[in-house]
Amino acid sequence: MYNGGKILLGIIVFVLFAAFPFYNNIGKVSAKPEPKLDTPVIQQLAEKKCVESKEFMKAEHMQLLNDWRDSAIREGKRIYVNSEGKEFRISLQNTCMNCHSNKKEFCDKCHNYAAVKPYCWTCHIEPKEKKS
Amino acid sequence: MKILFPFVAVIALVLLAMVGVSGGSLHFLFGVIIPYAAVFIFIIGVIYRVLKWAKSPVPFCITTTCGQQKSLPWIKQNKLENPSSTLHVVGRMAMEVFLFRSLFRNLKGEMKDSSRLVYGSDKWLWLAGIAFHYSFLIVLLRHIRLFAEPTPFFLHLLETFDGFLQIGVPRFFMTGVVLLSAVTFLFLRRIYIPQVRYISLSADYFPLFLIIGIATTGMLMRYFLKTDIVGVKELAMGLVSFNPVIPKGLGVIFYIHLLFVSTLFAYFPFSKLVHMGGVFLSPTRNLLGNSREFRHVNPWNYPVKVHTYEEYEEDFRDKMKMAEIPVEKE
Repeated sequence: MYNGGKILLGIIVFVLFAAFPFYNNIGKVSAKPEPKLDTPVIQQLAEKKCVESKEFMKAEHMQLLNDWRDSAIREGKRIYVNSEGKEFRISLQNTCMNCHSNKKEFCDKCHNYAAVKPYCWTCHIEPKEKKS
Repeated sequence: MKILFPFVAVIALVLLAMVGVSGGSLHFLFGVIIPYAAVFIFIIGVIYRVLKWAKSPVPFCITTTCGQQKSLPWIKQNKLENPSSTLHVVGRMAMEVFLFRSLFRNLKGEMKDSSRLVYGSDKWLWLAGIAFHYSFLIVLLRHIRLFAEPTPFFLHLLETFDGFLQIGVPRFFMTGVVLLSAVTFLFLRRIYIPQVRYISLSADYFPLFLIIGIATTGMLMRYFLKTDIVGVKELAMGLVSFNPVIPKGLGVIFYIHLLFVSTLFAYFPFSKLVHMGGVFLSPTRNLLGNSREFRHVNPWNYPVKVHTYEEYEEDFRDKMKMAEIPVEKE
């Protein structure tokens, strides 16, 4: 082998980059996030259901929130009619956060896990919660 | 044929993942075994290729110079284009690796007035190349969010700049579109320029189709079909902590994306893509341009047996004299 030192250095740098996820996770335990739904308001609901189905909300909630923002702020429409014909008032703080008052235990659980930082709270006031 | 075969191969990969996951429920094979095998082949394969290159001797400096070599003190040397010290070489390699200096020199010949051949600068290939490589790098680095918990410091910074337009939710990332446009340009270039088309092989088209497939499935998942990102991270974290799990509810599109990426990784060391390592071992770029400053002796030169004229004359002097051939020594 020619230029052994330089070749070896190059290979070490390559392996350090390529295997980063593997050695970075040694000894770390990460559990799948379980967003909590046990807020006082949700517990008092007769039918424990969000504005749309759970599957829809899981996949499309960001899209829905974006559409809500556009319709409330840009078009002034404050009423949302869901797929079952039920009406809801379009408001993040008064509708969504009324039930899901536990941002730290609900929103942040998955968002932190997937390293998502939504910019909801650059305009809206973040709910004040007791530190758990 | 050269285009059709790789295209069919990529379509076959899609079908393979579709049949395997939705038809045969081979989630463990496509989600765990194939990705592990691919990463293993990738790392070992690249090391193997680099070691193989390192075994090839380069006895002379065979730099292709594009500037004035170090000469008399009053002649100005072009240190980056014709390096004479290691520092200069590092500078030239940095320009090659980070800025694709050689590609920037790309020329294009054209017939003007149907009789005159004119050469001009052609930067489109360089532009598409650099856009492609850098956006691919950023896309790759962004994926670290699926493989690390907590995520490294640079991730959020990267996403802030990449999604700086704040279009839609999930936030639109510029690099995805730049990557797909650039790789499409690189593909169309091979089709539309006759000379390039002539020299293009299946091995050129296959990675292009594969990367087009990767970018397309990736963007489909992010913006349109909405894959369960928490499930994806669970799978990824399981893989990197050697504790594989198969979360439920991951769509076929995710497994197609994963199979594409696995194929790319496994194919990498045996294809032209390995120029990732090869660029560092380009002898015309990483050697000193000191062919006049130093005498380079071939290290495996064996002592050549020579028979000089003096010895020849010594052997045949008498015969030469008899034939009246003039001799140097009487």
